Amino acid sequence: MDFFLELFVNGLLTGVLYALIALGLVLIYKASSVLNLAVGEMALLASFVVALAANFGAPSWLAILAGVVVMVVFGYFVERLAFRPLIGQPVISLIMATVGIALFLRGIYFILSNKWPVYLVDLGLPVDSLHLGPVSLLSSSVVGGLVALLLFGLVGYIYARTRTGLALRAVSDNQTVALSLGISIDHLWAVVWIGAGLVALVSGIVWGQRIGVQFGIAILGLKGLPVVFLGGLDSMAGALLAGIFIGVAENVVAGYLDPLIGGGTKEFLPFFIMLIALWVRPYGFFGREIIERV
Amino acid sequence: MIYRETGVHHTTYRTDMALFRVPLARWSVAGLLVVAVVIPFFATDYWFSAILIPFLTFTIATLGLNLMTGYAGQVSLGHAAFIAVGGYTATILLIYDVPFLAAVVLGGLVAALVGLVFGIPSARIKGLYLAMATLAAQFVLPWAISRVVPLVVPTGLAVAGGDTVYPPRPNLFGLEIDSLFERYFVSLAILVVMTVFAMNLVRTRVGRAWVAIRDHDVAAKILGVNITHYKLLAFAIGSFYAGVSGALMVFFYYGVAHVGEFNLDLSLKLLGAIIIGGLGSIIGSFFGTAFIILLPIFLNISLTFLGNAAGFQVSSGTIAGIENIVFGALVVVLLIVEPLGLAKFWQNVKDYFRLWPFSY
Repeated sequence: MDFFLELFVNGLLTGVLYALIALGLVLIYKASSVLNLAVGEMALLASFVVALAANFGAPSWLAILAGVVVMVVFGYFVERLAFRPLIGQPVISLIMATVGIALFLRGIYFILSNKWPVYLVDLGLPVDSLHLGPVSLLSSSVVGGLVALLLFGLVGYIYARTRTGLALRAVSDNQTVALSLGISIDHLWAVVWIGAGLVALVSGIVWGQRIGVQFGIAILGLKGLPVVFLGGLDSMAGALLAGIFIGVAENVVAGYLDPLIGGGTKEFLPFFIMLIALWVRPYGFFGREIIERV
Repeated sequence: MIYRETGVHHTTYRTDMALFRVPLARWSVAGLLVVAVVIPFFATDYWFSAILIPFLTFTIATLGLNLMTGYAGQVSLGHAAFIAVGGYTATILLIYDVPFLAAVVLGGLVAALVGLVFGIPSARIKGLYLAMATLAAQFVLPWAISRVVPLVVPTGLAVAGGDTVYPPRPNLFGLEIDSLFERYFVSLAILVVMTVFAMNLVRTRVGRAWVAIRDHDVAAKILGVNITHYKLLAFAIGSFYAGVSGALMVFFYYGVAHVGEFNLDLSLKLLGAIIIGGLGSIIGSFFGTAFIILLPIFLNISLTFLGNAAGFQVSSGTIAGIENIVFGALVVVLLIVEPLGLAKFWQNVKDYFRLWPFSY
């Protein structure tokens, strides 16, 4: 039972962090129907910039500020240069454009990390273990999980209470009507890309604390995909729920199954769950069903 | 290929429906084949192993992906997984003394079957959602392969945990296919057959149904096209091509079946290739494959040269980085500037010269 509890709680924390990656995907999808496959690379770049700045002796706040600046600039230019000209193109073009951006960022990361190898985001967070009864946790994971929940709350608040959030909801409801009511879609897209960049920054820092600043963060971005498809592509609550579900499922199943079949469960299980979800319930927990007219 | 239609009049249905309707087109294709046959007599070993053989084997894969994605509109992010299935199946069959050609075809068929299974969701979902189902294939299949293969491969032939298998030397009707020269011609022959099949397929009922589904599936359904049937067919045929190319890659290019080679990067690279080459175009698959194979070589040579000229060493990590940057940027730029890819540029050139010099 203790073993199960430990797997469960650790899965819960991992799941919240998966949900954080998924949040970046949902933000962009809601506003522009683009599935951003570069989400992992964005997190990688962000965490690398922060780690690099910290490594050069910048204090924590300055390092994070550097990350913010890079991600804001990145988000703005990606929207301006790549996605605005692609309005109205088929879905494969949009996916491939994000793949192109992912490769682009990967290349930048390779060159920079070749020159300045940095492996850790050192922001002076506690690194010891917490003991809650039978369960032991890394305190950096707990902090990361709390930050993730906070971010969810913040984005939820922006969506529900602010003027920009209202415009975002209008656009995701019906783009044409939103345009005719005088909402500037170009402006909103820039906002969501910058927002996604900042979410990537947070998830990059949190994951960088957890597994180190390395290429694995880019791979983690792919784990966000099963989460958003299970939760529903345009639902933030779905992302949180599905993230926790997948985090717990992979951790618990891997804990019991890995010794029997020799590892690798964590790599394939989320995608297996996604496959089942796509068969049984294509629009996820809370996703909006697409009804088509000719 | 090249068309100069002036003065060509078709008086029978037979000539009107031929694959190449204009004499010049026939001649240019024949000329291309002659070039393909002559090249290996001048090629060095490096050319064979770095350019020619990968080009031939990868083109079969991009052809299949283009049929599936470019013609039928079913985006696949898991093509490399189907390639792996074909490659491993053929390798295992060859170990159990199945003749070479039969092993290649069966590899393709098993891949087609697996592709069909992952295509089943296409009955309900499409676009982005379907792309994710194929992405799941990319993660589930290699995992399954690395678990299943050690069980069926006789011990001693598999290394590194059991999912790396060396195929025995294939032989064709008693002749061992060993030298680069022989590998080239066997691959070339198979590629030509697959290309002719694809060219004909896209102008039959099947190809037209695919294009109708790609352009508007609901409208196609209303017109009486059985869209589930044709979508599944697209998955089966696309995966069959992937399987055959996988078998050839393992036998002739990699020389070993290693599941790590068939990762998501390869899938995305192939998808990038057909986008750069041209979606919904047979010749675009050739252009795209040539592009993804030649770009790293070109960058490597030119950057090393530039580095030497400027007097510093360009590290291989930097070159790999620049390669990614150039490839990624080109994909985005091409999507914006010319969504139909290099094939469209080629088409524009041809259109310009079609009636040249008298464009009346």
